[in-house]
Amino acid sequence: MSELYDVVIVGGGPAGLSAAYSAYKNGAKKILVLERDRELGGILQQCIHNGFGLHHFKEELTGPGYAGRCIGLIKDKPEVETRVDTMVLEVHEDKTVLAVSPTKGIYTVQGKTVILTMGCRERTRGAIRTPGGRPAGIFTAGAAQRMVNMEGYLPGKKIVILGSGDIGLIMARRMSLEGCKVMADIEICPFSNGLTRNIVQCLNDYNIPLYLAHTITRIHGKDRVTGVTVAKVDNKMQPIPGTEFDIECDTLLLSVGLIPENELSRSLGIKLHRLTNGPIVDQHRETSLPGFYAAGNVVHVHDLVDFVSDEAEIAGKFAALDAQGKLPAVQHDVAVEAVNGVRTCVPQHLSLPEGGEGARLFMRVSAPARKVTLEIKQGDEVLLSRMLPVVKPSEMIAVEVPAAITAKMTGSSVTVGLKQKEA
Amino acid sequence: MATEKRVMNCIMCPMGCELTVTLDGGKFVSVTGNTCPRGAKYAQDEVTAPKRMLTSTVRIKGGFLPLLPVVSKTVMPKGKVLEAARALRSVEVQAPVKAGDVVVADILGTGVDIIASRNMAAKN
Repeated sequence: MSELYDVVIVGGGPAGLSAAYSAYKNGAKKILVLERDRELGGILQQCIHNGFGLHHFKEELTGPGYAGRCIGLIKDKPEVETRVDTMVLEVHEDKTVLAVSPTKGIYTVQGKTVILTMGCRERTRGAIRTPGGRPAGIFTAGAAQRMVNMEGYLPGKKIVILGSGDIGLIMARRMSLEGCKVMADIEICPFSNGLTRNIVQCLNDYNIPLYLAHTITRIHGKDRVTGVTVAKVDNKMQPIPGTEFDIECDTLLLSVGLIPENELSRSLGIKLHRLTNGPIVDQHRETSLPGFYAAGNVVHVHDLVDFVSDEAEIAGKFAALDAQGKLPAVQHDVAVEAVNGVRTCVPQHLSLPEGGEGARLFMRVSAPARKVTLEIKQGDEVLLSRMLPVVKPSEMIAVEVPAAITAKMTGSSVTVGLKQKEA
Repeated sequence: MATEKRVMNCIMCPMGCELTVTLDGGKFVSVTGNTCPRGAKYAQDEVTAPKRMLTSTVRIKGGFLPLLPVVSKTVMPKGKVLEAARALRSVEVQAPVKAGDVVVADILGTGVDIIASRNMAAKN
């Protein structure tokens, strides 16, 4: 017979650790965290820069510092067991979890509930189909980050970065600090996909040019990268002939987006959202499969780990209540549809008890805009509106919806969208 | 004295206002483009005495991992950051180390300590 746990958590990064702590606080007596890496903390352990924790811990921390805080919260709690070097191979609908580790071999554990916190992984060169040979020297920014910050190797000396996501920007500074020359950052969008403070402190501080609305049309080199050809793109993101120029480099780092890692969710038959690429969840972070919860980057890619922890605490709380048979009785279900400039909204639906329930909505917009009003509407009726001085696709919007408002959601759906302010 | 204008993005909040700072002989005169007082303060600090945090790694002997991440305890003058990072490349410490332990005290005479970002246990 496999051992029975109230909550089994797949992944020991910030989401898994925060979920475990919250499950403990909400009365779960037996919690198990399974982590495939050699230690807990997930990607934070390689994100050695600061800027984490201002919202969640009210203090500015480095990535390892934030991970240390999360680990500290569950350490020495007999209710929480953690296992590293443990890969989850399969999760079944009856909540048995098949795992493997060098010390325990292949084994199963049984959960009353399961929380999926597998995080996300990077898009690779294959995903963006850049023409050229297959020389050495092409890395995802995160792989390079792990080499430089944890293993002690430099991937190269003369660097070009494709994509202006935060990891790419952070790596531009990191490589500069290690004595490398960062030649340029190339971004296909007409705006940056990273936080402004990262543009300023990681590119501008080191005089690294950022080419907006440009892309790499060819990677040169046979055994090792020798350079790239860059071209301007039109408003359909197609390279404009005649605008090409070459940049010499020995290394190309790709920072071209993140994909939630949902192989386990998919094989379970959990419904995924077309745009977030993560499970469709309600405000408790319960997926389409009862008793299965999900939180963090596996649900949708976040820009701040603080929001990952916030979301994981919700999942941990409700998984713990579920395991104890204490979930609030759902009276009706309301779909939350993203419309008019709002690209995605998590949760995608609300499972409301009588009298409503407070919920926090996390949204991303499709394009940058200034002075907009965000509206939650039921039909034509505006239930909640919020003035936002500026919105950007790279910065997630979080809006608290009080129980008194969700109590008014009597129909089957509401919409969240932007009302552009008339000039 | 020569007046000079410098354009920069404020990083105090997600608004990212574009600030134009007027300098006279290198001295701060005025700023436009900010929407709040924090922006004005940022612009003034940024043109007179810009400061940054430094995060990097040092080698660690006998540790669970070969590198120890480190961070400056406070911000330091921006102009000293690259030199400090260069200095850290030749530093080696001995495991075990606790988060917050001082790795290099008063780096380059800036008065800023470089401390460990995490615990690092000894190997095995």
